[in-house]
Amino acid sequence: MNTKQLISKRIENIDSNVVVLFAIFIAVFIIMAFLSGGNLLQISTLQAIGFQLPFLGLLAIAQMGPMLTGGIDLSIISISNLAGIVAAKVLVDMSGGPVILIAIVGALLTALAAGAINATAIAYMGSSPIITTLGSMIFLEGVTLVVTKGNIISGFPKAFLAIGNGAVFWIPIPLLIFLLVAVVFGVIIEKTPFGISTYMVGSNETATQYSGIDTKKVLFRTYMTSGFIAGISSLVMIARFNTAQSGTGFSYLLLTVLLCVLGGVSPNGGAGKVIGLVIAVFILQVVSSGFNLIGLSSFLAKSLWGVILIGAIFLNKYLTGEAYG
Amino acid sequence: MTQILKKSEFYIGLAVLLFGIVLSIMEPQFLTLSNWFDLLRNNTFLGILALGELVILVSGGIDVSFTATATVAQYIMGIVLTKFIGNIFLAFLIPGIVGVSLGAFNAVIIYLTGVPAVVITIATLNLYYGLFQFLSGGEWIYNLPESFRNMAQTNILTIPQEGGWPVSLSILVLFWLGAIVVTWFILNRTTVGRKLYAMGDNQEAAKRAGFSIFKLTLFSYSYMGFLAGIAGVMQAAQTQVIQPNAIVGRELDVLAAVIIGGASVFGGRGSVLGTVLGVILLAIVRNGLVLLGVSSYWHSVATGLIILIVVVLTALQRRRRKAQST
Repeated sequence: MNTKQLISKRIENIDSNVVVLFAIFIAVFIIMAFLSGGNLLQISTLQAIGFQLPFLGLLAIAQMGPMLTGGIDLSIISISNLAGIVAAKVLVDMSGGPVILIAIVGALLTALAAGAINATAIAYMGSSPIITTLGSMIFLEGVTLVVTKGNIISGFPKAFLAIGNGAVFWIPIPLLIFLLVAVVFGVIIEKTPFGISTYMVGSNETATQYSGIDTKKVLFRTYMTSGFIAGISSLVMIARFNTAQSGTGFSYLLLTVLLCVLGGVSPNGGAGKVIGLVIAVFILQVVSSGFNLIGLSSFLAKSLWGVILIGAIFLNKYLTGEAYG
Repeated sequence: MTQILKKSEFYIGLAVLLFGIVLSIMEPQFLTLSNWFDLLRNNTFLGILALGELVILVSGGIDVSFTATATVAQYIMGIVLTKFIGNIFLAFLIPGIVGVSLGAFNAVIIYLTGVPAVVITIATLNLYYGLFQFLSGGEWIYNLPESFRNMAQTNILTIPQEGGWPVSLSILVLFWLGAIVVTWFILNRTTVGRKLYAMGDNQEAAKRAGFSIFKLTLFSYSYMGFLAGIAGVMQAAQTQVIQPNAIVGRELDVLAAVIIGGASVFGGRGSVLGTVLGVILLAIVRNGLVLLGVSSYWHSVATGLIILIVVVLTALQRRRRKAQST
């Protein structure tokens, strides 16, 4: 095989969708940089983007697993809020000992426990993902309200706040956390047997079951993973704003579904790459930061987002000659 | 008798009855006419939206954009009523037309793309609401005309109470009743209704039977849009002010009520009776908690638990049915 063949083979292997997305990102970035009179290119602006994007980005990754199996997780925001409140309680009420470590472990365990509700009902009782997670979303949000009585918990140790506000060589720590989670999740989902069976469940659950894979176990792990990543997002969130409260971030819920679809995850399940999702998250953040710099309404950005998604779906349909799935 | 025991409506009805009895014993205030009249009036808005979502779920779809539709519809109505003509018939005509248009747009996009309705309606929720917030600037509309206020304050029934204020039933409840009757008629007494059930049960089979999937999709989403428009009027009539951010965010509450009422997100199942009972069950649980003086923080816990219980019960029921059939 000569070099030319190798190169063309390499190009074939890259998802055309990812290439299109990357082109859109470059285009959006240039347009926004131009319209904002170069303000977008300032280090402080880029850094701000790096601080703002990880929370939504982590939630979008949490949404991706369930969507790959053809499901959905509406409870990720509630899980994130509950985990954040548990961590906040530990940070504020406990004194002495490795408080920060306990807070982090507590948040992640809480998220796993909450994820287990969804995972058990969906995998082992065969409940519909959309209704199960709708129920747990409302239930867990209620728990956060009961725990906090609607109050804000704030005032965390400085060392903890670094998770949300620190930087290493000007690179925001939350951004590093987001990228790390994306890489680890990407490797697990795209390279390991568990990950590949996730895709298989999404494209044809019955056939996967007959091929000898324990689909229930796959579904169980998927929703546990989703809860766990939502737990990580909670730490970034409360550390960034130095507060935890119930009801935070619900406007992000439906946005995570949009991000997955725009990032190339098939709404019917079975297809999608993590890199596509990461690029989609960057596109969204550049558009909203750009709109902010130009002084345009964030609501206009929101509606544009709907248009972009419908446009991308149509484009994909007519490029490939068929709909998703 | 065994037929009745298999129906999900039976169990929801039973739950409503049980909660009702417990609440009446614990808090005599619960079973008063004035409490029930208020409860019905306060849930007219959700009740009408739930009927629209029922029709969509029956047809095998799902819609989360209707809160944006209701908001846009009531706002355009508010502008026309306050700036142009304060005609009460326009107050219903305009939201109806706006609702049908936005619903039809959803249907066209869903049909053309073939992408799951939940994704498309999330996109149109963003599109409608974002554009609306941008254009309206988020401003409230206060000075609704006299005719609109009079309509909202009309009572269809007034019952004098001994040694107290008379109790009256608001005209708004009549619109809920109207929506119940019309939706029931469509689903149970027309061919369109039968076709919607068939399409929800198995779209491929419905297509082969010669049904127009496009027309049926168009009908169900337009009907949802229409009811969303009317529900928008109800909400404005109740609060006498149009507030751009009052409705959006409640879409999943409505979905929850319909699901509790026995409709399935897999399509082909659900009834008007079940949906009405689902709305009432959620309403009396909240109402009961308020009367019992339980902190409002517990409302969501209760609602979420009810949904999770329904989820588990239906899953077990499905499993039993499967075991019987094999």
